[in-house]
Amino acid sequence: MNLEKADHDNGVVLRVEDIHKTYGKNEILKGVSFHIKKGETIVIIGASGSGKSTLLRCINQLTIPEKGRIWLEGEEVTHHMKEISHFRQRIGMVFQDFNLFDHLCAVRNVEIGLIKVKKMDKKQAREIAMEELRRVGLERQANQYPAQLSGGQKQRVSIARALAMNPTVMLFDEPTSALDPELIGEVLEVMRDLAMGGMTMVVVTHEMGFARSVANEIIFIEGGKILDQGTPHKLFTNPEHERTRQFICKIDELYGKTEK
Amino acid sequence: MVGKNILLIYQSIPFLLRGLVVTIGLVGGALGLGFILGIPMAIGQVYGNKYISGLISIYVWFFRGLPVLVLLFLFYFGLFILFNLNLSEFTSAVLVLGLISAAYQSQIFRGSIKSIGEGQMLAAISLGIKKYDAILSIILPQALRISIPGWSNEYAILLKDSAIAYAIGVMEVLTRAQFVATRTYKPLPIFFISAIIFIILTYGGVKLLALLEKKVRIPGYGEER
Repeated sequence: MNLEKADHDNGVVLRVEDIHKTYGKNEILKGVSFHIKKGETIVIIGASGSGKSTLLRCINQLTIPEKGRIWLEGEEVTHHMKEISHFRQRIGMVFQDFNLFDHLCAVRNVEIGLIKVKKMDKKQAREIAMEELRRVGLERQANQYPAQLSGGQKQRVSIARALAMNPTVMLFDEPTSALDPELIGEVLEVMRDLAMGGMTMVVVTHEMGFARSVANEIIFIEGGKILDQGTPHKLFTNPEHERTRQFICKIDELYGKTEK
Repeated sequence: MVGKNILLIYQSIPFLLRGLVVTIGLVGGALGLGFILGIPMAIGQVYGNKYISGLISIYVWFFRGLPVLVLLFLFYFGLFILFNLNLSEFTSAVLVLGLISAAYQSQIFRGSIKSIGEGQMLAAISLGIKKYDAILSIILPQALRISIPGWSNEYAILLKDSAIAYAIGVMEVLTRAQFVATRTYKPLPIFFISAIIFIILTYGGVKLLALLEKKVRIPGYGEER
């Protein structure tokens, strides 16, 4: 099967096939496959320990899966560790704990990838970085250091940092889980704008309101496998498994259904 | 009696001060060598494979495990001669003190690197930044800042250890003091002056490092309370 050509024709940006990952004796991922088309948002949900974060890390090879293949725009990512930096540039990643570079102010956090990886000259990198900060509403905080920013601002800087690389797809690993409740909204808003703007996104989150209103598809992972997947409408109203309904009910209780 | 002592002190000061230059040279050289070796050792221990980090552990174990004087004699009277190295006393002392300091400094830097946590490294790698580039431009700038208090400790210890170079006849402060003391039979005032010289050097260096720490502090981080 010529996946490369097929993916190109169908607008598939990212294809993940039969990913297996084991830590010690613990099989975290037991064969996960999905694909995402240009401009789509997929939300991955599941209990903690179900393998959601590991799956995201396998996509840009921060974690190397034992088995399975990954394609980005028809090019195989897996088994090409020599060129992995080229793929990583095109896969933006946002972490739960922000992971900003603490010794650099906001704008330098955003521009460092452009300078170190894309070898851009400093002036051009600064312009792009400022533009990305403007996009997440933090132009005025450009010269502040991470320790001087709120959690929500830090996460927005980290989104800007990933966006500056002009990625093909963005991965979000529980981007609001480390935030105070009143700071979650500003981050979700930025993500919503991104999705509306046509960014291709894979988001691991417990924010059901966001999933309901933004996702094209929701994937429910349980025990290292995809248990259920489909449109938000299907998963919220008519899931294939009782377990999916239970999980969504629990999350709704915990985090509230309030979000539109 | 008192007048004679004052005269003696007065006359010996220029002689002792030339020792001060030697002491500063010893400490500066050894700290520098320890820094140049200690940084890659720390990086190797944290990020290297098990062979590299194992080798470095053995090095650290050896140089931390023996008294300074034993190491100094072992190298000066033993290894340097065995390998036909014709090194001066000063160079020998700088080398040995530097090799010892590298062992201690590597552990200061290793602790700092580990305290930064792997999240920033993951973020750097996910941007496509190469690992060694991330170590140099993201991990080290932070680790070095965190290392300053520990490093200031190493400076104070090394400064005092440098007096051991007396044992192989390096003309540093203590050697000169001993020289004057045996010639004049007046050990107290002379050793008193050399004590003051050491105290000023310790205090001054630690103070300078504290200023440096303040100057390079990351805004918003560890605010003075």
